[in-house]
Amino acid sequence: MTIQQSLRLSHADARRVEAPAGVEQALAAQNRRLQPKRGAALTIRGLRKTFGANEVLRGIDLHIPAGQFVAIVGQSGCGKSTLLRLIAGLEKPTAGSISFSDDIRADNIRVMFQEPRLLPWASVLSNVEVGLGRDRRTTDAKARAEQALGEVGLADKRGQWPSVLSGGQKQRVALARALVSHPGVLALDEPLGALDALTRISMQQLLGRVWADQGFTSILVTHDVSEAVALADRVLVIDQGRIAHDITVDIARPRQHGAADQAALEGAILRHLLGETH
Amino acid sequence: MSIVEILPRARSLRLPRIDGLAQWIVPLVILVLWQAACVTGLMPSRVMPAPTDVAVAGWKLLQSGELAENIWVSFWRASVGFLIGGSIGFAFGLANGLSKLSNNLTDTTLQMVRNVPHLALIPLVILWFGIDESAKLFLVALGVFFPIYINTLHGIRTVDPQLIEMGRIYGMSNGELFRRVIFPGALPSIFVGVRFALGIMWLTLIVAETIAASSGLGYMAMQAREFMQIDVVVLSILIYALLGKIADSASRLLERLTLSWHPAFQKP
Repeated sequence: MTIQQSLRLSHADARRVEAPAGVEQALAAQNRRLQPKRGAALTIRGLRKTFGANEVLRGIDLHIPAGQFVAIVGQSGCGKSTLLRLIAGLEKPTAGSISFSDDIRADNIRVMFQEPRLLPWASVLSNVEVGLGRDRRTTDAKARAEQALGEVGLADKRGQWPSVLSGGQKQRVALARALVSHPGVLALDEPLGALDALTRISMQQLLGRVWADQGFTSILVTHDVSEAVALADRVLVIDQGRIAHDITVDIARPRQHGAADQAALEGAILRHLLGETH
Repeated sequence: MSIVEILPRARSLRLPRIDGLAQWIVPLVILVLWQAACVTGLMPSRVMPAPTDVAVAGWKLLQSGELAENIWVSFWRASVGFLIGGSIGFAFGLANGLSKLSNNLTDTTLQMVRNVPHLALIPLVILWFGIDESAKLFLVALGVFFPIYINTLHGIRTVDPQLIEMGRIYGMSNGELFRRVIFPGALPSIFVGVRFALGIMWLTLIVAETIAASSGLGYMAMQAREFMQIDVVVLSILIYALLGKIADSASRLLERLTLSWHPAFQKP
């Protein structure tokens, strides 16, 4: 979107819950902030999205329970990124609704993109602090940011400029930024697509680890089926703007790349994907 | 190949000092050749006075207090004009970069005014303002306005939209978005505008002072021309060059301080 469009986006989002007033409620809010949050559940009903003459999503109905790791796969242009952007609030639906479980605020959804999108003029630590949202000004902001950096293994880089980091390191900083506020939902839009194969695997392991630790609901859009099977509880195949298949991944964690049951499931999903071509 | 690779002994010297001195080598060489040409009679003194003559003239003016006063007056006019034109240019650049309405309303008009050479307006300016300070300030401000306007506008327009989207998602208000994403992103372009504007500032001031002033460096040069004091004329030219260089260095220092994050400013 252009700068002017972005600045016109209103903050008065329908999903936003008003901040509570009063000392007791303020203390309760602070308590909630300091304790690790568990994930939020989300329900999508009849979601449609049209861009001009192009109907990208043609009716999505979906329920994701709290804490589940969902992967969305599909051909290019099938609408998986659009679905993610709708969930993250970056686009408005043409029809239908997306609702979250009660105690979530609209800015409790964090997104990770294919590009790290770090501010080049701020230090690594500063960039992670951005993820705290409105809590950026509090006294424990720096400590929380440092802890998040530590969880992705980059505590020693906190004073550096982003330009000196490698691609994988930048994405790890982006992950720390996304997780520092302990979000209820983490939306990931092909975050590992630009990385080399080995870095991708170590990042997948990192993602799996932090998800197991923090318990947020995770929605991963990926073109890589093996990544989907390695990480997710559930794989959705999107085709022609609808959910064509909803596959549960019953394999025990920790998952091994190349294990027989994983490979079999990957093959099955790929057949769905490739068999859908016209 | 840098001087450090060519001269092995230079490697042991601290690099910044070598770089700092190296930039003065060419001017010094020119100075020496110039002096030599005058002393040997290759250059007649009525065409071009020797550096020593210029230095003597400068010393005399310094002692009488005239030089200091003229430099101060010119410096004051340049700074105030720069501040006025620069702030207005910056404000319009911001407004037109951030607001489509403002851009639609004002950009075409500004582009038309920009293409009028501002020095050609001098006769009109004298008619409107007379020959007091406001005339010179107006001209300097007008000259400085456009490079700053255009480069600020460009800087704002070319801020990475992905970063803006990221800022939005992470809950930045409009004010924070501007302070943390848009303005720092536009800063490299704004500095380009500042450096252009500084050059135009001096040019405008010198011409304005030559035509319509009773004090300042340009006036001093004009008087010297009237009285055939070529050494003072050359002195004025050298002072312009020196002041221009100082302004540029100040700008580059500011750039280095605020843009240290940029890969171009990082030591290899």
